[in-house]
Amino acid sequence: MNDSGLVNSLTGSAITICVLALLVTLMLGLVRALQGPSLEDRLAAVLLLGTGGVAFLLLLAVLWSAPALLDVALLLALLAAVVAAAMTRQESRRD
Amino acid sequence: MNALLWTLLDLLLAAMLLGLGWAAVATRDLKRGVALFIAFGLLLALAWARLRAPDLALAEAAIGAGLAGALLLAALRDEPRHEKLAAAHSRAGLWTLNLLSVLLAVVVAWALLCALEMGEGLRLAGAVTDHIGQSGVSNPVTAVLLNFRAYDTLLELAVILSAVLGVLALGPARRGYGLPGPVLGGLIRWLVPLLIVTAGYLLWVGAHAPGGAFQAGATLAAAAVLLRLGGVDRAGLPAAAVSRWLLAAGLLVFLGVGLSLAGLGYGFLQYPAGLAGGLILVIESAATLSIAVALALAYVGGWSRSGSTQPDSTQGGSH
Amino acid sequence: MIDFIAIVLIVTGIGFFAVGSIGLLRLPDLHSRLHALTKADNLGLGLVTLGTALLAGSLATAIKLLLIWLLVLAASAASANLIARHALERGDER
Repeated sequence: MNDSGLVNSLTGSAITICVLALLVTLMLGLVRALQGPSLEDRLAAVLLLGTGGVAFLLLLAVLWSAPALLDVALLLALLAAVVAAAMTRQESRRD
Repeated sequence: MNALLWTLLDLLLAAMLLGLGWAAVATRDLKRGVALFIAFGLLLALAWARLRAPDLALAEAAIGAGLAGALLLAALRDEPRHEKLAAAHSRAGLWTLNLLSVLLAVVVAWALLCALEMGEGLRLAGAVTDHIGQSGVSNPVTAVLLNFRAYDTLLELAVILSAVLGVLALGPARRGYGLPGPVLGGLIRWLVPLLIVTAGYLLWVGAHAPGGAFQAGATLAAAAVLLRLGGVDRAGLPAAAVSRWLLAAGLLVFLGVGLSLAGLGYGFLQYPAGLAGGLILVIESAATLSIAVALALAYVGGWSRSGSTQPDSTQGGSH
Repeated sequence: MIDFIAIVLIVTGIGFFAVGSIGLLRLPDLHSRLHALTKADNLGLGLVTLGTALLAGSLATAIKLLLIWLLVLAASAASANLIARHALERGDER
């Protein structure tokens, strides 16, 4: 993976600031994961982290010209759905 | 200014990881712990991406966040009474654990310091880049895993097989799920094929871009987990007789290739020049299937009793 | 010029993520929090995708970005429904 001309340019710095802001936003969302109170609330926070993570990866992919990170974003999106399905099939009485 | 931004980013990421990790382990509520653990895995995948290690990020997202999360949730489902951890019993035990943890931390810190002080000199990346032309692939991670250190990967497959044998020895499969609702059913109908195609893509692309057998196998296993959640008790796996072969396939093919090469005079797992790429692909394909079946079986919990792959239509069926 | 538009799109997208996060924290119950979540998914990620697509090197990359966004849309719509339905059912049982 080589750095494109983007990293050192003004655009690159702008994107880096955006990534930082995104991470702060995700940290706020994580407070919900810590507090709950129910499993569903925590799952909602995990989903936010998943979508935010995809955005994080997209920004890095463009910043570093690293298409491999797009594959990671794809996988993250897929697996987040699987985790959501797994968590919500926790029915204790229906089956 | 850029350097400052990246330092802030790294500090924030590290703080979040440490905080999440601590919270996940320190909590008494198991459901909370599992949810935090999954979040931790996701965040770790992001950290790997930040460190420019997409292969690790792929593996962490698939295995660390996705599959480990599903496994923990399945375990939680079977133990509803134990959702709150009991207080620790032995003071001496606690102190021993604390001591060992501190010792581990000291050793890891010392190793990190040694690595940082190393500076110039023989580093792995340089050695790999020098020899990558002979490896048969262009992705350095795959070159190391499947060629330069193929023996280690062979042993890893053996370890996975042993672990699954342990799971299988513990008893039959856990109880399955009923029929899915319309939304879950619809989700499964398009997500499972997409996961399978993605697995094939990751396997193929591993030769020249981040990807490979472990990531592909984990993705396939995620498809199996999804099928199981949708009521297919065997999680899409073939009958036990076939599954056993698939489970062993990775190790068998790997050993087979190694021994054949030894027999032909090349040496154990010393690939001849032109064939390296092809052999690696064959080994990786078998390994993908094995890893997928192993992880799927670990999730299901054992051999499933139902004889067919029809969804289990009994309502509230408990074995 | 394109860079500027892209940055504006991305910043707006992250703004929506912030809205989603704050909503997740401050809204009173699970179902309203799920509403906040889907704003982040649709608009937040959508704008970020649009911005990065403008900055992407090739058309192929831009299409891949778009497909990832569509995937996240479908997956998170289903996930949000699953969570809400599950919460409803567990609420009845208590």
